[in-house]
Formats: sequence, structure tokens, C-alpha cells
Amino acid sequence: MTEPLLAIRDLSKSFGTVQVLKSIDLSVNRGEVVSVIGPSGSGKTTLLRCVNFLESYDGGSITIDGVEVGYDEGRKPRGERALARMRAETGMVFQSFNLFPHLTAAGNVMLGLIKVRGKSKAEAHEIALHWLDRVGLSHRADALPAELSGGQQQRVGIARAVAMEPKILLLDEITSALDPELVGEVLEVVRGLAAEGMTMLMVTHEIAFARDASSRIVFMDAGTVAAEGPPAEFLATADDHPRLSAFLARFRASHF
Amino acid sequence: MLDAMLYALPFLMEGLWVTIEVSFLTVSISLAVGVVLGVALIYGPLPLRLLVRLFSDTIRGIPILVLIFFVYYGFPAIGIDLASFWAAVTALTLFKTAQVIEYVRGAVQSIPQGQTEAAMAIGLTFRERLTNVIFPQAMRRFLPPWINGVTDAVKGSALVSLLGVTDMMYSINQVIGRTYEALPLYILGAAIYFIINYSLSALSRRLERRFSFVQA
Repeated sequence: MTEPLLAIRDLSKSFGTVQVLKSIDLSVNRGEVVSVIGPSGSGKTTLLRCVNFLESYDGGSITIDGVEVGYDEGRKPRGERALARMRAETGMVFQSFNLFPHLTAAGNVMLGLIKVRGKSKAEAHEIALHWLDRVGLSHRADALPAELSGGQQQRVGIARAVAMEPKILLLDEITSALDPELVGEVLEVVRGLAAEGMTMLMVTHEIAFARDASSRIVFMDAGTVAAEGPPAEFLATADDHPRLSAFLARFRASHF
Repeated sequence: MLDAMLYALPFLMEGLWVTIEVSFLTVSISLAVGVVLGVALIYGPLPLRLLVRLFSDTIRGIPILVLIFFVYYGFPAIGIDLASFWAAVTALTLFKTAQVIEYVRGAVQSIPQGQTEAAMAIGLTFRERLTNVIFPQAMRRFLPPWINGVTDAVKGSALVSLLGVTDMMYSINQVIGRTYEALPLYILGAAIYFIINYSLSALSRRLERRFSFVQA
């Protein structure tokens, strides 16, 4: 078997005295879509944020393509520039979009291309239009974020992340802040990326979507990986796992 | 009355120039230093943050007049003997710098953390994040109080006359000393200060419009 693209080994992390991640092991292979589900406070978002070092971690390792993310060989935190270059290899889409409000949709996508990838303005604009088209928003390229709906903003957020051609895309509850009728258009874009072989690690509350679009589902509980497996198998054996079945029951109860 | 004003005007020109010089130096030096220290106050290591905080709080706690006298009469005791013009500029700049630090802090901290994270996520370095993401957004929060502070600097520069610097205020008093006609001269002085500051406010409104964008 080939080396996984993302390898998380024995990862631990505490906020003060609270240990939020306890010896997490998780791998994501090239082209895989892995969904992380679990109750709030289980550490899923923290895990995701560790992968591009928006959070530092205390123990264990995270490697992407064999390279440790946040620390150098002597386990010293990487310098500013090295860290920035590492982060450019992972795309991230945020729950609250976090678009740059002073830039247009195209400008949001172009910024990293120009500053980090060294593209010219014209090249960056062309790439931005390509990706905005992919998310169905080429006609809104010159709109400011405030002029876009939530679903449109999030699709720009996705375009901004994938335009950098990251090795892996991290999606942090990207539909949680959206009105229900806008969720579909965003998930549709993610589905398309998955079909094209984009490697993704996503934290989500959309169980149905996780089931349909993922290669694997991971259930996190109290800072540990409590269960994991391919969707069909995972959901079929959920009853053997009291915490997971309780979580899924709550989920079903709240959604229907 | 008009005669008195017209008579005085040529004598005020040199003073007006000094007023503009003092204001310009104060405003530009305090802007450059204040932005750097303001950024240090937010992002710097703890000892540096404490140092900047101490500087800002101390300076802002001292009346500006006391500061001016302190620099002019007090600094020579520690071997820094400045000419009255530079002592005045130094004191006003220290005062203004402390203000700029606070404007920068307020403006930058008003930008949500998510902006920094999104900028990090696409691989921007600290400097790139500041110049491309944080500062452009912080600008519209920074401008109104800062321009207000610029007009304060122009008005505050009149205090340098107390060190015998021949600024506009000092020139006005000189002319009054010769003609004993106080009212027309003070009206004229007020009008000139007003014209300068009103132009600055008008300019600031245009700048603010340029930097305002619809907020998400």
C-alpha cells in the first residue's frame, strides 16, 4: 500500500488543562474523501485546524506527503515563511466563509495566486474566472462578498481554496451557517470536486451527504476516534457502538 | 478692523509656515512610528507589548503642555539638549504617537480573527496578511479618529509658542504687542487655523468614502 497523503499519528492537543485531542490516528489517501462527524466538543474542528497548523499540537505528528506540518526536524515550530508555504498546500473552507470583504469574488480567489503562487494579475484573473465558473459564479466575479448570498459566498470560499491547487482540501462545517435552501448548491460543488479526485477531509453535520460522498466516515467522541469505516459498513454497524448510535439517533430526531 | 488684519498678514506668513512645518513633522513621524508600535502592541512578544503599553499609557496620562516643558527643560538634565523648535516637535510627536498606537490597535483588533485565519490558510505570511488583508480593512476604522487627530495636531502646535518658537500664534502675539489691537488679530488667527482644519476635514471625508466598502 502506498504512503497516505495525510498521516496523523498519535496526535494530542490540550487547551489549558482540557485535553481536546487524545492520541488521534487518522490517514487520508490520495483521492479519498473522509468525513468526520461527532458531537460538538468532540475535537473534530480542532483536529482539522491542526492539519494546516491554525492550531499548534502538543504531541504526535501530522505529515502531508511525508512532510511534518508545523514543526521542523528538531521539533521546533517552523518559521513564518516555511509555515506559510506549508499552509498553501492545504486548502481550507470555513464555516463562516471568511471571505475578504474588501475584495471582489475574483479578488478573493486571486490574492493567494498572486502573492503565494507568483502568478501575474492576468493569469490569476483567468484562473479565478475558471474556478468561479466551476462553482457557477463566473457572472458574479466582480461582486463584493456583501452582495452575495451565503451559499454564493461559500462557493467563492471553495473556489478560493481550490484555485491554489492544494494537495488536500479541509472543509470545516461549511454548510452549518447556511439557510437550509442554500445547502444543496454548496454540497453539489463539493460532490463535483470529489468526483474529480480532490482529496478532502471534512467536518460535517450533513450525515446523509457524508454517507453519499465519502470514502470513509470517522466518528469522533471526547477527543478520540471512536469508530471509522466506509459509509455503508459504518452506518450498518453503528448499533454496536452505543455512543455513535446515540449520536445518530439525536441527529435523526433533530432533522426529521 | 480689516486694515489691522491686512497689515498683520505679511508678518504672520513666516509663523504660518512654522506652524505647518511643526504639524507636518509631528503628524508624519507619529504616523510611521505609531503604526509600527501599534502592530508591536498587538502581535509583538510579551515584553515588547508591555513596553509599548507602558509608553502609551504614560504619555497619554501627561498633559501635553507638561510634556513640552519636560522635553525642553527636563531632557538637558539627561544630556539631551534640544533647540526649542525640536523640543516642541519631539514632545508633540511623542504625544501623537501614543494616540496613533491606540487608533491602530482599535482598528486592527476590530477585524475578525477569521480574516487572519483565511489569509493564513491561503499561505500568506505575516507581512502579506497585514498589507493585503488586515490594513485595507482596518483603514476605514483608523481614518476618522486619525484625521481628527491631525486637526488636533495643527491646533496643538500653537503650544510651541510657549517655548518661544515663532509659529503663527507667536507671530500674532508679536503683532499685537506692536499695535495693541488684539481682537482683529485673534479673529484672523482663528480664521487661518479654521481654514487649514476645515480643508483637512473635507479631505478626510473624501478619503473615508474611498475606503468604505460594504461590510459583510
